[in-house]
Amino acid sequence: MQLTAEEERSLNGEDGKTIASAYRILLAIGAATEAKKLVPIKWAHISGVNYNTIGDAGTEFLEKFAADDARVAVKTTVNPMGFDRTKPNNLDENFVKQQMRIVKSFEGLGTTPSFTCVPYEIFEIPQTGTPVSFAESNAAIYSNSVLGLLTNKESSLSAIASSLTGKAPYSDLRIEEFRHPKITIRPEVELSTELDYGLLGYFTGKVVKDSCVALDGITRIKDDIIKTKSLSAALGTSGTCGMFTSSPSEEQVQKRESIREVIPFDKAELSGIKDELSTADEGNVIVLGSPQLGLNELNLVVDLVKDKKFSKRCMIFCSRTIHNQATKVGLNDRIEKIGGEIVCDSCACLTPLITKENVDSIITNSIKGAYYLNHFNRMEVVLKDLKTIVRDYTN
Amino acid sequence: MPLQVKCRKIVGGTGKGKAVVTKDPINFLAMLDTREATIIDQTHELFGRSIKDIVLVFPNAIGSSVGAYTIYSLKVNAVAPTAIVCSNKADITTASGCAISNIPLVDMLEKPPSFIIHSGMDVRIDADKAIVEIL
Repeated sequence: MQLTAEEERSLNGEDGKTIASAYRILLAIGAATEAKKLVPIKWAHISGVNYNTIGDAGTEFLEKFAADDARVAVKTTVNPMGFDRTKPNNLDENFVKQQMRIVKSFEGLGTTPSFTCVPYEIFEIPQTGTPVSFAESNAAIYSNSVLGLLTNKESSLSAIASSLTGKAPYSDLRIEEFRHPKITIRPEVELSTELDYGLLGYFTGKVVKDSCVALDGITRIKDDIIKTKSLSAALGTSGTCGMFTSSPSEEQVQKRESIREVIPFDKAELSGIKDELSTADEGNVIVLGSPQLGLNELNLVVDLVKDKKFSKRCMIFCSRTIHNQATKVGLNDRIEKIGGEIVCDSCACLTPLITKENVDSIITNSIKGAYYLNHFNRMEVVLKDLKTIVRDYTN
Repeated sequence: MPLQVKCRKIVGGTGKGKAVVTKDPINFLAMLDTREATIIDQTHELFGRSIKDIVLVFPNAIGSSVGAYTIYSLKVNAVAPTAIVCSNKADITTASGCAISNIPLVDMLEKPPSFIIHSGMDVRIDADKAIVEIL
C-alpha cells in the first residue's frame, strides 16, 4: 500500500505515538486486503467497549492511546459497554472501575457516547456509496447489504485507527467490483421468522469464505429490518463474510460471469444449526436484544404480548436513545406493564449482567446472543423465535 | 539448508518455534482463554491446546471484531504465539491484532501450508524477508 508523504510522516511519529500506531494498523490491514491506498471515510464505529470483551490489556491500551492527545478525525460512535449507567447492578467493584476507565478513554478520544451496536438505527445515514469504517460485525454487514455504505468487516483496532486518521484502506468491499458475489446460498426450506433468517446467516458465515455472498430470495425481506438485522448479526458471528446481496439478474450473471457456485440451505442444515446453538429445553430468563432492539421491535413485543404479562423475567436490551424515544411516546410504560425490564447502554451479547452464578439458562431469539452467551458466558440457551417466546412465556 | 518457502508479509518481524497447525478458523474472543492461551471451544480441533510460544498456522479469524484485542491480551500476558501463519488469507482482525502486538504475520505461502507444515515441526518465520523456513 502506498502512503502519501504526509501519511508516511504520521507513520514515523510526527503526529504522536497514537497516530503512528494507527497508521501501523492501517498498513497491516492494507497489506492483508491488498489495498493500494488509503481513502477518506465519513464515519467510524468502534467495538470493544465492554470490559468483558477487552479485559485489562485492552483497558490499558485504550488509556495509553487516549493519553497522547489524539482525537477522532471523523464522526465516531461506539459499541455497548457492560452495564446500564443509571441502574443499580450486582457487578463487582473492579468491573465497574475498569469499565469506567474505558468509558473515560473513549471520552478523551472524542467519540460519541452512543453505546449501541445498531448505530444505523439511531444516526443519520450518509449517502449510498459513502466509505465508512464499521467494526461490530452486524453493523458492518447491515450497512453494506441494506444501506449501501462501503465498509470492510473491520476489527475493533482497525476501526479506531480509521477513526483517528479519518482514513481506511481502499480495498475489498470498499471497491465496487468486490461487491458482486460469486457464491449463492439457495434456501430450500421455508424461512418465516427472524430466527430462521438468523439460522440462514449463521450457516452462510460458516460455509462462505468470500467477503460477499448472494442469498436467493432475500429481496422479499430487504425492507424487513428485524429479519435483516437478525441475519446480519448471525452472519457476522460465524464467519468473515461482510455483505449479502440478492441474487444477480441473468443479465448481470452474463456480464460478469458472476456466480460460480450455488449452495443449498435445506431443512437438515437449518435444524442442525438450531440443535448446535439451542442447548437446553427450558430457560429461566428471556433475553431480547442482541443486537439491541429498535423502536419497531419494542413496539412488536408490546403488540404481541397484548394484555398479558411475561411469566419469566424478561430483559430487553436497547440503546439509551431508543429508550428515551420509547419513553416519549409512552411505549416504555407499556413495556413495564407487560413485565419487560429495559437495560440500556449494554447488549445481551457478552453482558456481565447474566452469569452462570445467577442464571442457569436463557431464552432468546438471537443467534448471536445464543452463540456468545453459550461460548463466553457459559450459559445454556433455548432458541425460539419471538412469537413463540411470547406464546410460551406470557399469561 | 532448511526448506524455504516464500510467503507474503502482513506484519514484519521474525519468530520461531514448534508449529501448531489447524484447519479450523478461530473466533479469538469466544474460543481463547487469554491467561493461558488455551483454546476452550470444545468443537475446535485445538480444544485444550495452548498457542503460547508456538508458531500458529490457521486459516483465518472469524466472528467478533474484538478478537484483535484478544491477540493483544495474549501478548501482554506473555503467552502469545511467536509468529502466525494464515493458511487462508490473513483477515483484518488477525492483521490488526498482530500489528499492535508485534507478532510477525504472514500468509499466501507459495505451497499449500497443509503440505509442508505439520504440528510439531520446528519452523522459523521471517516476515521481513517473506520467508517461512522448515527447520
